[in-house]
Amino acid sequence: MDHLDQLEAQSIYIFREAFARLKKIALLWSLGKDSNVMIWLARKAFFGKMPFPALHVDTGKKFPEMYRFRDRYGKEWDLDLRVEPCPPIDAVDPTLPPAARSAARKTEGLKMALGKYGFDGLIAGIRRDEEATRAKERVFSPRGLEGNWDVRDQPPEFWDHFNASPPQGAHLRIHPILHWTEADIWAYTKRENIPIIPLYLSQNGKRYRSLGDQDITNPVASTASNIDEILIELEQTKVPERSGRALDHETEDAFERLRVAGYL
Amino acid sequence: MNMIVTPASPATPNGTTRPQVRIVIVGHVDHGKSTLVGRLLHETGSLPDGKLEMLKAVSARRGMPFEWSFLLDALQTERDQGITIDTTQIRFRTNSRDIVLIDAPGHAEFLRNMITGASQADGAVLIIDALEGVRDQTRRHGYLLHLLGVKQVAIVVNKMDRVDFSADRFKEISAEISAHLQGLGVKPTAVIPISARDGDGVAERTGRIGWYQGPTVVEALDQLEPARPLEALALRLPVQAIYKFDDRRIVAGRIESGSLIAGDEIVIMPAGKIAKIKTVESWPATPVAGRQGAGRSVGITLDRELFIERGDIIAHASSAPRETRRLRARIFWLHDKPLAKGDQLLVRCGPKESRATVVAIEKAVDPGELSSVENKAIGRNHVGEIDISLSNPIATDPYTENPRTGRLVIEVSGRIAGGGLVLSVDAGQRAVPVDIVPVESALRPDERSARYQHNGAVVWLTGLPASGKSTLAKALERRLFTNGGSPILLDGDTLRAGLNSDLGFSTADRSENIRRLAEVATHLARNGHIAIVAAVSPAREDRATARRIADTAFREIHVATPAEVCEERDPKGHYKKARAGALASFTGIGNDYEAPQAAELVIDTSAQTVAEAADEIEQMLKTTGVLFDEVVDLAANI
Repeated sequence: MDHLDQLEAQSIYIFREAFARLKKIALLWSLGKDSNVMIWLARKAFFGKMPFPALHVDTGKKFPEMYRFRDRYGKEWDLDLRVEPCPPIDAVDPTLPPAARSAARKTEGLKMALGKYGFDGLIAGIRRDEEATRAKERVFSPRGLEGNWDVRDQPPEFWDHFNASPPQGAHLRIHPILHWTEADIWAYTKRENIPIIPLYLSQNGKRYRSLGDQDITNPVASTASNIDEILIELEQTKVPERSGRALDHETEDAFERLRVAGYL
Repeated sequence: MNMIVTPASPATPNGTTRPQVRIVIVGHVDHGKSTLVGRLLHETGSLPDGKLEMLKAVSARRGMPFEWSFLLDALQTERDQGITIDTTQIRFRTNSRDIVLIDAPGHAEFLRNMITGASQADGAVLIIDALEGVRDQTRRHGYLLHLLGVKQVAIVVNKMDRVDFSADRFKEISAEISAHLQGLGVKPTAVIPISARDGDGVAERTGRIGWYQGPTVVEALDQLEPARPLEALALRLPVQAIYKFDDRRIVAGRIESGSLIAGDEIVIMPAGKIAKIKTVESWPATPVAGRQGAGRSVGITLDRELFIERGDIIAHASSAPRETRRLRARIFWLHDKPLAKGDQLLVRCGPKESRATVVAIEKAVDPGELSSVENKAIGRNHVGEIDISLSNPIATDPYTENPRTGRLVIEVSGRIAGGGLVLSVDAGQRAVPVDIVPVESALRPDERSARYQHNGAVVWLTGLPASGKSTLAKALERRLFTNGGSPILLDGDTLRAGLNSDLGFSTADRSENIRRLAEVATHLARNGHIAIVAAVSPAREDRATARRIADTAFREIHVATPAEVCEERDPKGHYKKARAGALASFTGIGNDYEAPQAAELVIDTSAQTVAEAADEIEQMLKTTGVLFDEVVDLAANI
């Protein structure tokens, strides 16, 4: 087994545990490279068809390429796609900095979707290497009744035994690719020939490393026009993946405050 | 605040694969873990441009001197409290390794986080303050590394600058911690004197530690080996789920050890049902050919419809795990309420779960204390050995035989409260419902074997009707008795007249018939007798059940007299009746006898006399440790 085989086997194990131990789960599909790899892994875990819904909490502000991608592959991959809207910006904590406030809209949209469907588990494509607060996550991560994350009181998790009993009315976040890196995602995308949104590839000397809302995501300088070139670029870069995400840089703790409130 | 700056890719651009190892840094609070991590990132050139400067600026803005540990303290809450509260994962590279560094908190309050981090590690660095020396949390973490199965442990004696780089002080600490770890069966791979703050011993053997000849921290990390999947061990495939999304019925799970391939004959434990692997399913391409090894998440289909459920273990029939309702485990305990005798729990072994009762607490100690004061209950963050009784049978292995399946976790109120290693599986102990108190014999096994000159055993004669099983059984019984032994004949037909008179000849009834024979025979064997069972027992699966019940006492003899000879003999007239259609479910004239593949002995009564056959059986019982060698010879040597 090579490195990618090991990552894949571990993710499949997590998917199957989530499906076996929770009653009603959904996969959060952000349309980005990570959640596309997740869907691929889920189809491997369940031999072709993902047996639970793909939930897209839609801010309405994604790139047109992303919507096209959703409409095409939602059908091609035979997904049970649920698109849920976000509330207007006025409904969001006004003390947050502008970009964070915009991102927090998504958290509110997520809470509304949770209330609507009553999911007890949400599968999310976060990775430990993306961002320091995400490195603190468990694979099965309990959320409070308000969807909040209590970083100080996380249960122990070892030997692939997961805490899968959320209190009544609360839910779990499940992180099947927590142990992957950005480079792993690209190497696997290439090996498995998983489709990607072209915005990830360089055009006019720029490309997106991470895709969010149009108004709070910026491209980085890059000449990488295919996955091999992206992998070489990642070998050499010292620029963080989320550097194009405005909300990460507003204040030292903005991201953590968002996550404690239930942001991904 | 991204700390991860050189993502570990599976291959460098030139295509060479670098081993990835995950390490954890543990030790007493304030002994310098975060400082060492910060320094390692710097020394291996892993910090992003400007990161160091930014943190120095942040420190200045807060009016604090810069500390290397700030690099790790990415969370606001941590900076406020001044301690690392959780595990973070950071990656960097040494010459020949991609290192994933899992920082684990030293504060006793957060032991659950240390365990969460360390359980993922291939190797560990245990850090000790040169001034303070070995402390309770140092010992506790050392003990937990042993319980978590982390075998590669490097010791780092930090803050050597505060003891003037004294070689004597270093040797003193080195001796103390090495003795402690070796007592647990853990041998340190290196003991390294360093000053994480100043950099001595981290990547460079500086003049100040000129007396030290061993590896630096970076060199020691370079020597670590990634944990390997356990392909050399027996197959263990714990079942996660059975999927019927289409017309396939797929049994899904991850191979924890060993390997499998389509066509393998497997046994499903604890029920003991036997089947063959028809296909190995996958996606997008399916089915897949070739052997699948440990670590793979697979899906298989079987050649027959059997009742299988989540938590069952698939193994090869010749090397199945033991079925049990009683086991002993060495555990660590993380729950606020101490674990005491009589407590009701939920135990998980892989995907299998079972309610359980703590039957006994054998050892309960604080692994941080030097003198091990024994307690009646296992307190929070303490360790102990417990006997547990399970309400459902489970299949498991002692951890010394299989480190993957030989471990368990304990849940209280839906939250993981502890975990540990299976020390032994009490295959002899049957279900112990609370109200049933088995009475043990007043005699010890050795008292009986001294009198009989043999150990207890189940000698199981299987073969076609009229193959000579009963004749052989009676000859063997006579011979053992003449020699002073205690043989007891259990004939299948005889027992059907009484104990098993409620059973017919359906598949289920035949299985139950065999199970009862095996239970009775095993009871006799456990009390020192040699139970001689003569039964057609045509189903391989049923005989596998019998072997599992009798465990090491089982000796299978295939009486392989040719079918024509048996039919010609036909002393009871059964063959004739069956040929005439007057005897339904008769084994012998169809192909319904499944011959043993690995019997201890095969005998053809058409080719040898009864006496010759009895000789052979006696010889086999000697070589397999049932019959003792001649006492006369022993006496002559005294």
